[in-house]
Amino acid sequence: MATARNPAALIRPLVTPEGVDLRVKLADAGTRAAAFLLDVVIIVTAAIVVSLVVIFGLGGLGVKEAEPLFIVWIIFIFLLRNVYFIAFEAGRRAATPGKRIVGVRVASRSGAGLSIDQVIARNLMREIEVFLPLSIIAARGGAGVADTLSTIFGLVWALLFSLFPLFNRDRLRIGDLLAGTWVVEAPKLKLVEDLSLRQDPIARRFHFSPAQLDAYGIAELYKLEEVLRRDDYFAMKAVAETIGHKIGMTIEPVDSRAFLTAYYGELRAHLERKLLLGNRKADKHAR
Amino acid sequence: MTLPAGTDAVRQSLASFRQEREADWKAFEALLARVEKRAPRTLSEDELLSLPLLYRSALSSLSVARATSLDSALVAYLEALCLRGYFYLYGARRGLKQRVGDFFLRDWPDAIRDLWRETWVSVGLTVIGAIAAYWLVASDKRWYDAIIAPSLAGGRNPDSSAEVLRTVLYDSGSGHFLSGFAAYLFTHNTQVAILAFALGFAFAVPSVLLILMNGCMLGALFQIYAAKGLGFELGGWLSIHGTTELFAIAIAGAAGMRIGTRIAFPGELTRMAAAAQAGRAAATAMVGVMIMLLFAGLLEGIGRQTITSDATRYAIGGGMLALWIAYFYLVRMVRHGNG
Repeated sequence: MATARNPAALIRPLVTPEGVDLRVKLADAGTRAAAFLLDVVIIVTAAIVVSLVVIFGLGGLGVKEAEPLFIVWIIFIFLLRNVYFIAFEAGRRAATPGKRIVGVRVASRSGAGLSIDQVIARNLMREIEVFLPLSIIAARGGAGVADTLSTIFGLVWALLFSLFPLFNRDRLRIGDLLAGTWVVEAPKLKLVEDLSLRQDPIARRFHFSPAQLDAYGIAELYKLEEVLRRDDYFAMKAVAETIGHKIGMTIEPVDSRAFLTAYYGELRAHLERKLLLGNRKADKHAR
Repeated sequence: MTLPAGTDAVRQSLASFRQEREADWKAFEALLARVEKRAPRTLSEDELLSLPLLYRSALSSLSVARATSLDSALVAYLEALCLRGYFYLYGARRGLKQRVGDFFLRDWPDAIRDLWRETWVSVGLTVIGAIAAYWLVASDKRWYDAIIAPSLAGGRNPDSSAEVLRTVLYDSGSGHFLSGFAAYLFTHNTQVAILAFALGFAFAVPSVLLILMNGCMLGALFQIYAAKGLGFELGGWLSIHGTTELFAIAIAGAAGMRIGTRIAFPGELTRMAAAAQAGRAAATAMVGVMIMLLFAGLLEGIGRQTITSDATRYAIGGGMLALWIAYFYLVRMVRHGNG
């Protein structure tokens, strides 16, 4: 799958009226499936809880008094099935609880605000994408006539629609296609520490010549940043050995963290200086 | 001004870039978290005014950071922050009251008017289906079972006596459970309407079949009553809610057909854009359809069993139809504001 190999394939331009490209990232299929499953769990749990309450309510009351309860129940189930997604996505965050948990939201492909008719269109289509094939299987099964053929037909139908996002560039469901929407990642990120400001007494001992700093480019710097933030002893030891080998220094394993911190700080400042002078060194192969 | 001399100077200037702006980013983040949770009303006037300023300052920080800093975590943070701000500030943020008002005054009738061609086709298909089924059942009554599933017929079939058929029309059979019945009918009919809409995307074929089938059931039922001389009475029984319900289902089918035909024949737009445009217009109509079906469910569950006079039934059914037609097609609301 293209997604796994190249995350950049999911980046789309979103130019604000101020002229800045925010580069939104489309949510990948796994994230969306996870969000949908979370929502299904919430819906089913709510339905079961309410049904239990109604069943016990009906048991305690006579049929006459139970009628309002029955109405409330039937409307509630209807709302759960049809309005849950619409109400949450039309809200302030444009995301259902499941989407909120995995950090994605629905956005209009035009870049303008999401309107309510778009939310309705994309969610009514869910009816034929998921609920119809499933209810065909359930109904045939309930009537005891679920032959292999109709079960296969239902499953193929459901699969076809649920895999549809994998077969187009923009990861659109049928509902997204008809509503003019897509699902983008909108994570809440914390502002984290600036690694090059890290104070380390051992790190001050390391000094690097310009030749040693020229060994790597921006891509390697980002990898190094990732390793440092992960703070895993063995990963840092391996990376420190590799870098040390490349720039001709020997580093004791206990010093690898301090060494990497020092090298990261120096390399970043070195590359940022080049950046200021208009020279973006993409990776170690760039001249 | 001279360029920074060495790497230390670069480090210094980028560190101060972040230090100077960090407070603004944090303030923006805190405000966003608040407005995303609760209504903007909870913000003070100063905070509301500062929101766009902080947003723009975050955007400019992002531009600077992208051009000069290689701290990827910082750039990612600013991108996420700006995206949240963008969605909040440029999203359609009309109040709920205004949205509801616009829907009833303008969007709903506009959407239905826009679908007038498909609605005619839908009504035509229903009539064709009804006539065909009437003729088929009249020529061979075995057709009846083929058209109406025995579970739906509720004991009504060509061999029923006139007495049995009449009982169904006037006896409040499930009288003690009226509103529950209405709620059930509403949810059931709405699900059918949603299907008629959603299936339309397969080049409108399933919607057409569904509408045709609906007409067939109508015609078949009518034939067995008419054969026993109860046609007029059945008309009253059906019309009290049927004018609303059948109209709603016709519109749902029309919405489905609109989507299907726009996907098949996108015209000047790209197929994608045409589908999106049709989908949005049809979705508005569908919300209206659900409201109509709610009315139909109430009329059917409560009105049909308690009102047993044919004349009153016809009057209510005809009145509802006139009301809908007037609302959708005749009365054009005044466009207000910038409309």
